[in-house]
Amino acid sequence: MSDSPAYAAYKRRIHRNLAFYGLGLAAFFLLMAWAERQGLSRVWLGPIFLFSTVMIYAAIGIYGRTSDASEYYVAGRRIPPMYNGMAAAADWMSAASFISLAGGLYLQGFSGTEAQPGGLAYVLGWTGGFCLVGLLIAPHLRRLNLYTVPDYFDVRFGGRWPRLIAAFAAVLCSFTYVVAQIYGVGLIASRLTGVQFEIGILLGLGGVLLCSFLGGMRAITWTQVAQYIILLLAFLIPVSWLAYKQLGNPLAPLVYGKQIEKITEIEKVLRDSPAERQVRRVWERREKEYEARLQDIEGALRRDRAAALERVRQLKARDADSALIVAAARELAALPKTPASARELWTRAMADAHERAKPLGGLPPHGQAFAGDPQGTPQEQQAFETSRLNFLALVFCLMVGTAGLPHLLTRFYTTPTVSEARSSVAWSLFFIVLLYLSAPALAVLVKFEVMQGLVGSSFDALPSWIGQWAKVDPALISITDVNGDHILQFSEIRIAADIVMLVTPEVGGLPYVVSGLVAAGGLAAALSTADALLLTISNSLVRDVYCHEVRRDVPPEQRVILSKFALLGVAMLAAFVAALKPADILPLVSASFSLAASAFVPVMVLGIFWRGATRAGAVAGMLGGLGVTVYYMLANSPAVRAFLGLEAGSVLWFGILPVSAGVFGVLTGFAIALVVSLATRGGD
Amino acid sequence: MPPSTRDREYRRKTAWVTALLLGAWFLVTFVVVYFARDLQFRFFGWPFSFWMGAQGALIVYVLIIWYYARFMNRLDREYGIQDEPPP
Repeated sequence: MSDSPAYAAYKRRIHRNLAFYGLGLAAFFLLMAWAERQGLSRVWLGPIFLFSTVMIYAAIGIYGRTSDASEYYVAGRRIPPMYNGMAAAADWMSAASFISLAGGLYLQGFSGTEAQPGGLAYVLGWTGGFCLVGLLIAPHLRRLNLYTVPDYFDVRFGGRWPRLIAAFAAVLCSFTYVVAQIYGVGLIASRLTGVQFEIGILLGLGGVLLCSFLGGMRAITWTQVAQYIILLLAFLIPVSWLAYKQLGNPLAPLVYGKQIEKITEIEKVLRDSPAERQVRRVWERREKEYEARLQDIEGALRRDRAAALERVRQLKARDADSALIVAAARELAALPKTPASARELWTRAMADAHERAKPLGGLPPHGQAFAGDPQGTPQEQQAFETSRLNFLALVFCLMVGTAGLPHLLTRFYTTPTVSEARSSVAWSLFFIVLLYLSAPALAVLVKFEVMQGLVGSSFDALPSWIGQWAKVDPALISITDVNGDHILQFSEIRIAADIVMLVTPEVGGLPYVVSGLVAAGGLAAALSTADALLLTISNSLVRDVYCHEVRRDVPPEQRVILSKFALLGVAMLAAFVAALKPADILPLVSASFSLAASAFVPVMVLGIFWRGATRAGAVAGMLGGLGVTVYYMLANSPAVRAFLGLEAGSVLWFGILPVSAGVFGVLTGFAIALVVSLATRGGD
Repeated sequence: MPPSTRDREYRRKTAWVTALLLGAWFLVTFVVVYFARDLQFRFFGWPFSFWMGAQGALIVYVLIIWYYARFMNRLDREYGIQDEPPP
């Protein structure tokens, strides 16, 4: 297609700016590497990286400031497809993709365990969903010249309720998602600069707000392009380095296949090694201990308390070192206060010991698809079936959720034409795949490094990074000499998914400047997604709720101002919720996918492809889908069950875990929308 | 405006290409994953099902969307479907 001269000149200008930006970034990175060589301390390197990248984003935000409605909501609809693709990729790849994905693959291998599907399901689900976006949704929405996703329901079905329900669902799933992102921002900022978690949140939030508050979609788009480049570099540099170190070829995705086979070999050796078995027996014993305690909680608690009191008393009587007394007193204070909290704590500890008593510390064999064995005992066959079903269900939810998440769909409102919206989806997936091809590679390379380089070394000669990260938070990485032989076994390592990516540079022995870059990349991933989500929420509140329900005569400029202040309020609320640390990143993110999938996709697809879909059908379909998903999540949530006084446990349908609740929501949504539309045909 | 023959033809072609590509999407995602345990033969030095999940499927996805965009953009031009001009 031939572009008009003005559009061509505009594109040339962007290409030039991007080239300057890339060169500047490379120069900055080399400067920092040189400074590290010259002896710049690590204490300074991390903050410098975080601060300067946030400043770049803020500068773009100030440069792109606008109060024009079209610019603020849809970036004037003139973003060329390739750049829109980059922005969508950054928008899409959140803290979960950047920080937790590689770690999840490290822990879960191909498909995760029976109780927790995962692994490649995330890789497949978060890329394959773009087929649905590209073929079924994005071009059709772009054709209608909309501003928000609830707008579609207004235009297609008319009336008040479709739009209001859509706005409610958009706010619900985006808010769940944004809390997870801000939590990620807080984690990275606090680890890298040593400030408190809450202050870390505020620092990151400052960057988000400067950008989206001033410039809306226009500023966010260009910031996201800048963030994409940082996060791509931050991911590819450590992976390539590791691949070069282990295999002599920096193109990790092409060559890491060999390492999978080596890992499978090492796994076999580890499974039969006597030292590993010894460690596993220790875990088994601990599991039994907790089981015994849970039989008689009050008694065990009383004995523990008495023993701890006795220790403190003895130490005081001996006039021992004050540090020892303080430690013993702290132990006493850390004992569970009530039988209920003791039950919770010990049940968790028992489950943990049970996992770690399994071969390989509970990690499934890396290259094997699904748990269990289709040719084994009935129990193993059952495990295989459930694990496969849950894997497929999770892939389905993530894919359909991709097609329903409002912050992603609005990205495709910003291209100049429908045909460019189509190309833009292809570019987005291309840019995402560049990173996603490397994530499984990273997991395999790190695992090989740990199995080959770390396991079997002496406890006196452990690398220093382990201690440093364990000091930040012992839940993230812990290494204990369980069987007391001073040699590190694989089952003695416990590493959390969120930390694998952040320690990769240190595992591979890279200079600290790469660690700084990785942290900056994680921050870019979290900020770019948070930006888009906050904008989606505030636009839904102002455009789809306030301007329809409360005051209809708001002029466009005032709408923009209202949107900006709504954004500020939502950001504060999200930061407040994130500071309470409600849950881990991945469960929050998965929940918002299930919500988006069941609320939007069935009705949206039916509305686009079937003229017979009616307003009543849309309302019933959205409410039904959302209702089923929310019910299934709540009915299986341990916290909610405890709150309602139900016995612990779960009510699973077909053995599908609550993380994939969207499966039922999507199917119900389709069915209800179809039936009600047929029943009310000709009625409205 | 009543739908003309050309209009119907355009719709039919769109529906066909969409259905075919979604079929390919379904095949590489759900069918391959369903049989992942049985597909563990070696494939250029990789266990096949792992390679499909980690790389093969992603490449197919990019191709699907890229082909769809190209096909539809041509079809639009052929049938003179109005698209807004670039600014």
